[in-house]
Amino acid sequence: MIKAILIFNNHGKPRLSKFYEHYTEDTEQQIIRETFHLVSKRDENVCNFLEGGMLIGGSDYKLIYRHYATLYFVFCVDSSESELGILDLIQVFVETLDKCFENVCELDLIFHVDKVHNILAEMVMGGMVLETNMNEIITQVDAQNKMEKSEVTSVLA
Amino acid sequence: MPAVSKGDGMRGLAVFISDIRNCKSKEAEVKRINKELANIRSKFKGDKALDGYSKKKYVCKLLFIFLLGHDIDFGHMEAVNLLSSNKYTEKQIGYLFISVLVNSNSDLIRLINNGIKNDLASRNPTFMNLALHCIAFASEIPRILVAGDTMDSVKQSAALCLLRLNRTSPDLVPMGEWTARVVHLLNDQHLGVVTAATSLITTLAQKSPDDFKTSISLAVARLSRIVTSASIDLQDYTYYFVAAPWLSVKLLRLLQCYPPPEDAALRSRLTECLETILNKAQEPPKSKKVQHSNAKNAVLFEAISLIIHHDSEPTLLVRACNQLGQFLQHRETNLRYLALESMCTLASSEFSHEAVKTHIETVINALKTERDVSVRQRAVDLLYAMCDRSNAKQIVAEMLSYLETADYSIREEIVLKVAILAEKYAVDYTWYVDTILNLIRIAGDYVSEEVWYRVIQIVINRDDVQGYAAKTVFEALQAPACHENLVKVGGYILGEFGNLIAGDSRSSPLVQFNLLHSKFHLCSVPTRALLLSAYIKFINLFPEVKATIQEVLRSDSQLRNADVELQQRAVEYLRLSCIASTDILATVLEEMPPFPERESSILAKLKRKKGPGNLPDIDDARRNVNGNTEHSEKTETTNKVTLVRTASAYLLNLNSTPTAGASLLVDVFSDSSTLASVEVSDENFPRFVCKNNGVIFENQLLQIGLKSEYRQNLGRMYVFYGNKTSTQFLSFSSSVTCNDTLKNHILSTSSVDPIIEGGAQVQQILNIECVSDFTDAPVLNVQFRYGGTLQNIAVKLPVMLNKFFQPTEMTSQDFFQRWKQLGAPQQEVQKIFKAKHPMDTEVTKAKILGFGVALLDRVDPNPENFVGAGVIHSKNTQVGCLLRLEPNTQAQMYRLTLRTSRDSVSQRLCDLLSEQF
Repeated sequence: MIKAILIFNNHGKPRLSKFYEHYTEDTEQQIIRETFHLVSKRDENVCNFLEGGMLIGGSDYKLIYRHYATLYFVFCVDSSESELGILDLIQVFVETLDKCFENVCELDLIFHVDKVHNILAEMVMGGMVLETNMNEIITQVDAQNKMEKSEVTSVLA
Repeated sequence: MPAVSKGDGMRGLAVFISDIRNCKSKEAEVKRINKELANIRSKFKGDKALDGYSKKKYVCKLLFIFLLGHDIDFGHMEAVNLLSSNKYTEKQIGYLFISVLVNSNSDLIRLINNGIKNDLASRNPTFMNLALHCIAFASEIPRILVAGDTMDSVKQSAALCLLRLNRTSPDLVPMGEWTARVVHLLNDQHLGVVTAATSLITTLAQKSPDDFKTSISLAVARLSRIVTSASIDLQDYTYYFVAAPWLSVKLLRLLQCYPPPEDAALRSRLTECLETILNKAQEPPKSKKVQHSNAKNAVLFEAISLIIHHDSEPTLLVRACNQLGQFLQHRETNLRYLALESMCTLASSEFSHEAVKTHIETVINALKTERDVSVRQRAVDLLYAMCDRSNAKQIVAEMLSYLETADYSIREEIVLKVAILAEKYAVDYTWYVDTILNLIRIAGDYVSEEVWYRVIQIVINRDDVQGYAAKTVFEALQAPACHENLVKVGGYILGEFGNLIAGDSRSSPLVQFNLLHSKFHLCSVPTRALLLSAYIKFINLFPEVKATIQEVLRSDSQLRNADVELQQRAVEYLRLSCIASTDILATVLEEMPPFPERESSILAKLKRKKGPGNLPDIDDARRNVNGNTEHSEKTETTNKVTLVRTASAYLLNLNSTPTAGASLLVDVFSDSSTLASVEVSDENFPRFVCKNNGVIFENQLLQIGLKSEYRQNLGRMYVFYGNKTSTQFLSFSSSVTCNDTLKNHILSTSSVDPIIEGGAQVQQILNIECVSDFTDAPVLNVQFRYGGTLQNIAVKLPVMLNKFFQPTEMTSQDFFQRWKQLGAPQQEVQKIFKAKHPMDTEVTKAKILGFGVALLDRVDPNPENFVGAGVIHSKNTQVGCLLRLEPNTQAQMYRLTLRTSRDSVSQRLCDLLSEQF
């Protein structure tokens, strides 16, 4: 299963953190820092997998990450997940964000944390992959937005 | 249209975030956040009731602040309020806050549960979905999952919700009638539902495989439809020209929970699928995009792990290996990494081990040239897994040379691996000694205690290498700077075997001593203690340096050392060397006895380090065939005594070692007050191998008779003591002692009257349990006074391994199938011996039956031969045994063959039975 999903920028500032197992807030922050240190020192053309840091379970867990422009997308998973599969999932996640936000950039993630969480919730639930079909995800997100809009207008009316 | 329009939503939130981003310093940021927190707090506490929108806004702000790493200790209540709102947007934010911030131990969980319950009960699918995402309630969910009218997306969520529940608290969701219907979700129209259901079933199947066996055929069918389909009918689940890669991966994972399907048609269909996947890898890519190859390879790797898991189709295994071989040289680092990892598991399959070995050059090259430490680490693992006797020297040499430049994080592991391989595959132990000394030289800091303990164990146990070891450590110690571990090994080995090189004037006793002592002041306390022990050993080995060493021991820095251990050793050794005669010294300081063979402590350490699952098991049967049987790792884990004691206690061998036989006798008399030597009577012992009743001991005074019965691993023995005289026996007592290696346990012994009248007989009952297989028999000690003299009798009780046999009937076909399965050389014990009694078929039959096995008629093609089968029951295990007895009447010889799954059992049974004919 997926243990945690972290997004942070090149300077290690967290942009999204979702843990599917409970940690104390302090530990969560430490995990983000540790993961950043592990991931950021790696060159561009090395592989996308590495063993997890000590805080998140050491060699039983793998960090699978992708680096897009200013952001790192890191998934921490156990041995029951396919490495390449998760790599694809990150790609789907980013492409979905891109479609939802039109050319997604770091700012979108900052100002719409809730939306990003909602999109992620359409893909991953309780640490398990829920949906991988981009169109399906976008349909659901659209439906959410429609509902949101209708409520907003009904309040105004 | 963008799905999320910028601009609308909460302005206050956007302003706040911009503010924070504009902060120039950390301090300014903290200040701004504190201000906002104060603001929110006052708003929440204020008298004015907040409308949903502001609550939502503030909770969002809190969420953002939390992300930045600040503690949030309020706002939970507001979030719970939002949760129970009827508006979707508010509800959504409420759920979001709760799932990010609240853990399951919070006091609020009751309130939250309430909200979730309400949502689950509602007919609104969106609300239901939100609630399922947040996850809490059990008994409802299976119903939602399998109900016909539930929407697809709700089903999907429900499946995963159930999965999550099953992980966190399995007792919440009772298995029931729904399980059977879950399996049928694999046939669902909607691929999203199938994916979610597959995850659920995989987890459930791991827990109770039998309940979900039906999923195999459905999964294979589904997989075959995906793999062979022309990718049109898969709705939108085609990802960069690959048909439903996620689902394929999940299905292949599910199949890894089970052995290969037994049904031939199903099996061939699965094989066909796997072949198709392997074939597709050879086709030219349909897209240049990296996503295409990624998705394709994700499925491919999963297929390969399934092939490895099944480990039954040699052709597929070899194809998989070749495919991985291609990947080893792929330009994608990710693929090289995964190929190395998969090959590691492939190396342990006997079909593909040889095929894996052909890639050794590539792997070594990867170790040398790969830029990524993760990949290099995998290369080390693979080299370790593919190592066998034929390539051990090359692999160990490569690992040693890599060690000099290896990353610090993985050095210790490489050291352990080198040490294990060097020991395991050493033909020539001088090579082993060289390797370990090299290891200490290159990476001394990473050489743990276990490694150097082990080298000493091996040197002590093998005479042929002792001289060489002494010479080599002596040379290694010449280096101006050497690692402390080398000093330890050097001190120990020279202390034991320094005499072997003392003939050479360049390594005369004095030179050896001075060399060791030159390192003394640089070492830590434990090493110094070891060196002191080495010195006293020198006094015994070389009387000519006695004065020099006494001088050293007498110096204030030793006799008055601040460390109490060093001081004590110095004082004791000095006194010992002064007062003891040469003979006593020679006895006390005798060469160390060989160490009992036990599991290599290094291997135990590596297992601890890696966790049991992650270490490729290189000690399976295949390896044992060509591996070093002397170091078979099958020793009981309880024997894993780490050798900490070797350094101090063992080195000074003050207690002379008791011989094995003596300890038995000592045990016999441990309870008795007399020290008269009494032989343990065992002359009647062999007679009881094939029967349970009879007289085990008789002299002029006493007769001891036995009657015993056994069932599975338990037994009961009635012992009858008959007084043959006309006077009474006084203070009669009896006890049973077991040698402590004896693992069958006498559970209880009933008490006996201390007086036996003349001519009378008394009975005693022993309850016996067989804990694990054993060789020695317990001893019955009897003591009584007859006419004023104390009588001591010790009798070996006929409790033998074969007593715990349960006969097994089987057909000829079954017999030979099992016979073949037990084909490993160490499982079979054979003995050819001369007949001691007339060769009578009926008598032989009776004996074999009495031995405890079932006699199988018409199994052996030769009717003269006898074939039997049975199972030995012990508390820990059951050991199946097959035996075959071939008489040769002309030569008056027998050939007895025993095959069992445990070598010690085969040997013991063969010894017992061969004495009977």
